[in-house]
Amino acid sequence: MRELFERLGRMAVTAVTVTGNMFLILAQAVYFIFIPPYKLRNIVKQMEFVGVKSLFVVILTGSFTGMVLAMQSFNALKRFGAESLVGPTVALSMARELGPVLTALMVTGRAGSAMATELGTMRVTEQIDALYTMAINPVKYLITPRIVAGLSMLPILTVITDFVGVIGGYFVGVTLLNINPGVYIGRTVDFVNVDDIMYGVTKSFFFGLIITLVASYQGFYTTGGAEGVGRAATNAVVVGCVLILVSDYILTSIMF
Amino acid sequence: MIEIIDLKKSFNVKVVLDGVDLAIEDGKTTVIIGRSGVGKSVLIKHIVGLLKPDSGKILVDGKDITKMGEREFTEVLKRFGMLFQGAALFDSMTVAGNVGFPLKEHTDLADKDIRGIVTEKLRRVGLVGVEDMMPADLSGGMKKRVGLARAIVMDPEIVLFDEPTTGLDPIMSDSIANLMSETQKALKTTYIAITHDIALTYKIADMVAMIYEGKIIEHGAVEEMKKNANPVLRQFLAGSAQGPIKVY
Ligand SMILES: Nc1ncnc2c1ncn2[C@@H]1O[C@H](COP(=O)(O)OP(=O)(O)OP(=O)(O)O)[C@@H](O)[C@H]1O
Ligand SMILES: [Mg+2]
Repeated sequence: MRELFERLGRMAVTAVTVTGNMFLILAQAVYFIFIPPYKLRNIVKQMEFVGVKSLFVVILTGSFTGMVLAMQSFNALKRFGAESLVGPTVALSMARELGPVLTALMVTGRAGSAMATELGTMRVTEQIDALYTMAINPVKYLITPRIVAGLSMLPILTVITDFVGVIGGYFVGVTLLNINPGVYIGRTVDFVNVDDIMYGVTKSFFFGLIITLVASYQGFYTTGGAEGVGRAATNAVVVGCVLILVSDYILTSIMF
Repeated sequence: MIEIIDLKKSFNVKVVLDGVDLAIEDGKTTVIIGRSGVGKSVLIKHIVGLLKPDSGKILVDGKDITKMGEREFTEVLKRFGMLFQGAALFDSMTVAGNVGFPLKEHTDLADKDIRGIVTEKLRRVGLVGVEDMMPADLSGGMKKRVGLARAIVMDPEIVLFDEPTTGLDPIMSDSIANLMSETQKALKTTYIAITHDIALTYKIADMVAMIYEGKIIEHGAVEEMKKNANPVLRQFLAGSAQGPIKVY
């Protein structure tokens, strides 16, 4: 019994420490966004890494999801004789929910793990210590650019996912399911407005922050050599994905 | 002048530094010797603020760095250069990027001028034509020398070396030792080196300090240390398994 309480106590302490350290890093990283000199080169490099290099995988997931959504919603809507609503159904699902969430999950798998690996390697090979002894603040140099990249690129990637999803849905709806193209587009424009897109984009800001913050944190505090680096990468993905799904629920219920 | 006063540091229950007292004189090379695992790296990391002591002081020119705020300490750090045990080169940058990094971050020099200084420093450590190589493509000895060039590129007043020769062949070790003596004498820099390489110690040291069981047990000029009768020091300098130092 006592052992159980001790275990719980230790877990609670760890949870509080981790959360505390994460907010500390976040506070520092955000603070340095506003303090010159700006590490523009680092920021651009990270934007390319998070944004440009995720394009392919994001376009792939977006288009296939749009296509599947068209088929599934056609199947469901047919039962009410509302096949003409496939367009808006696809567009709304993409813009409000699947666009931001799928993009975030894919970027976590691709960029989050790589970020944690890179920073973790820098930690265990003392490169982060070296930065520090050269009077360079490692948070400003390494983490701020990553968080800025997450905050700026996730919304853009999300809009791209939404867009290719709608195109995929249109392609399936019009060519395979024989929905009239005019009706498909007309209905989509009738029912979907800019607010729906902004709703998803708002979520994606938070996701961009979560992905880069979790990955940076895991990498930055890596201990235990090569094995520790592997653990950091795994944790970046697992913790990142869980936090994205949980925060998606929270954000959805706040903005409902 | 760097004064370490009653410095204590434990990790969990393991006591590593148990009251280290050491005064390091300006413009000289002080070599801190001791067995593997006694806490030499831990000691040097305290001097550059990478570790915080449990108690004790570290005075740099009379000011306690353990109590400094970040901004003030950053200014102190700019006077330091450090060679890490594993060189700690940035593997995302070329050799020239690594060596020129402190200049790029802390000076307004043009890229062309930085390149010139980098080439000059690399030549000093015996490397020619490696500027555009990546650290991953270098041998261990080359990495150490690039790390050395990076440590001295800002012409710091104080340079710390964590095992500059460990893992190098004897000829390379000797050439690093020569290099350290030359650069130190040329600029009258304060060098602090930690090592268990006795040949290197005799070659570069003005002062020698021995760390044993968490304390500095002997400290003095290298000639005195050669004559010192302390059996622990004698055994270490002789490199013998027989003597008061327990071999686990
Ligand atoms: N961050 C840390 N956490 C826990 N223990 C540590 C940490 N850093 C060092 N130690 C412990 O402190 C002791 C001294 O380590 P240190 O690296 O200073 O040895 P060293 O004298 O530099 O040895 P070597 O000559 O092999 O480099 C070791 O027992 C090590 O396990
Ligand atoms: Mg060491």
